Amino acid sequence: MMINKIQIKTWAKLGHRGTLGTSLLELASNLENLMVLTADLSTTSGLTRFEQTYPDKFLNMGIAEQNMVGVAAGLAKEGYITFTTTFATFATMRSCEQIRNYLGYMEFNVKIVGMASGFSMGMFGNTHYAIEDIALMRSIPNITIISPSDCFEVNKSIFAVALLKGPVYLRLSGTMNTPIIYQDDYEFEVGRSIILRGGDDVVIIACGTMVSVSLSAAKILESVGISAAVINMHTIKPIDKQAIASACESSRLLVTVEEHNIIGGLGSAVAEYKSTLKNTPPQLFIGIPDTFCKPGDYQYLLNHFGLTPESIAQKIQEHIH
Amino acid sequence: MDSEDIELKKLELMARNIRRIVLNLGLAAKQNGSHIGPGLSIVEIMAILYGRILKFDSNNPYWEERDRFILSKGHGALGYYAALAESKIISDKDINSFDVNGGLFPSQPILLPSKGIESASGSLGIGLSFAIGIAIAIKKRGLSSRVFVLMGDGECNEGTVWESAMSCSHFKLDNIVTIIDHNKMQSDGICVKILDMKDIVLKWQSFGFNVISVDGHNIQELWQTFESILNMRNGKPSVIIANTIKGKGVSFMENNPLWHHNYLTQNDYNKAIEECFGNK
Repeated sequence: MMINKIQIKTWAKLGHRGTLGTSLLELASNLENLMVLTADLSTTSGLTRFEQTYPDKFLNMGIAEQNMVGVAAGLAKEGYITFTTTFATFATMRSCEQIRNYLGYMEFNVKIVGMASGFSMGMFGNTHYAIEDIALMRSIPNITIISPSDCFEVNKSIFAVALLKGPVYLRLSGTMNTPIIYQDDYEFEVGRSIILRGGDDVVIIACGTMVSVSLSAAKILESVGISAAVINMHTIKPIDKQAIASACESSRLLVTVEEHNIIGGLGSAVAEYKSTLKNTPPQLFIGIPDTFCKPGDYQYLLNHFGLTPESIAQKIQEHIH
Repeated sequence: MDSEDIELKKLELMARNIRRIVLNLGLAAKQNGSHIGPGLSIVEIMAILYGRILKFDSNNPYWEERDRFILSKGHGALGYYAALAESKIISDKDINSFDVNGGLFPSQPILLPSKGIESASGSLGIGLSFAIGIAIAIKKRGLSSRVFVLMGDGECNEGTVWESAMSCSHFKLDNIVTIIDHNKMQSDGICVKILDMKDIVLKWQSFGFNVISVDGHNIQELWQTFESILNMRNGKPSVIIANTIKGKGVSFMENNPLWHHNYLTQNDYNKAIEECFGNK
């Protein structure tokens, strides 16, 4: 597909889920052995057209996520590149053991797509929020974890993980009309983070929806004389160690920002490696402070947890010395 | 004797050999213990499967048209390894490495396609889902292979079994045959006392399966059942409820929950061998 500005804008309007559906449709025309499974969330996954166009590459498994992952593993065993889609919370928690045994342990080539991660389910409340999914998936050996920063990156990730031999957890987040990070085509490589903005004082490492928010925070910081770099750490596992090491050399404060519990997510992944290095700057963890919350709409929840440019900029100002 | 009788004798001999290997493995496990009871209840099932029903090439475990066997009840590993050894799919050296530290044949199987082991087992209730994926793929690829899944009756406590059962009949997977080792026992004792599943035949029927109940220690009956089920191919998946006895063949093990997982002393072993095979 030709990547042009209209396409990028269309994806952004659709949000991660709509982009998922259109990208899988595009992928299906290139990939003979593709299978896409969903747990009663075909429409929500933007798969309506896919289902109509490629009925033989599609299976609706009903509201049975555990069975879906087992079936996906069986298909993968016989040579199919298999994607599964459902909400991130159900994908990673309800079928956690199947993921652990079939994808982690037996390494079957299944791509688990967790939709509407973080707080994007808004008024649905805590049962529908996924604030632990990265932590859970990260603790299972062999699973690659990707959290794309915008819809174009969702598209890139889907093509990249289809070619990657091995199990993947793809974390989709945000709502419709998502901010655009990439206006033009760029190089996406699993495991290699992308520096979106240079800066001397602070390095902000973010993933998913928080990349855009962090870029805005960096602009606010610039206006008050603090120079902040922003790294898009789209791959959380394997984490880009080189980027962390460089960030530690060049800054006075390292900041991790994620729409996830501060336990076990991006911040933890960065800290685990950082703690093996000498003479590193302190790390400020920005995320969800290990708590559930009263439900509200998406922006309400982001505001509540300070996952906004203003709040992030303020926290960084308080911590930088 | 006609050829069927000869074949039957051959299968019965195979079952005897499998039973002997199960006991040998039980002894080899020493104080670690092993799942002897659930290994002994599947001996005849494994003999008919590996001796007659399954299509495989012991020299080429990757043969595309092979039937796939999934041991969903990982606790049947002893019977499984013994059948693989009897079928020359795994070597004497392999079987002698049972429960060796860092080895390939621990008490619950690991994924080992080069040795004919299509899946790791151990976590109950998930094997049928995996088999569904394989069965769908096999149909898509136009292969004649069938998928056989061996499950325990206690295993049917798991909710995932019923998710997969629904799915199996929804997708009309008549290339899957599930066998339930219905020994009426689970780790803590008698199934109906632990969690009464009521009528297991009706349950599977209501989930859309062809269901046949059979004496799971009678080779002839098992053989006929497999033949008739494999000839059905009526758009429905099938399940064989194999009525078995946990610890079959050894009086002090039969129906005794202590032998779900236990270790054999040399004395126990000698007694067990004596009971199963006389002095031979």
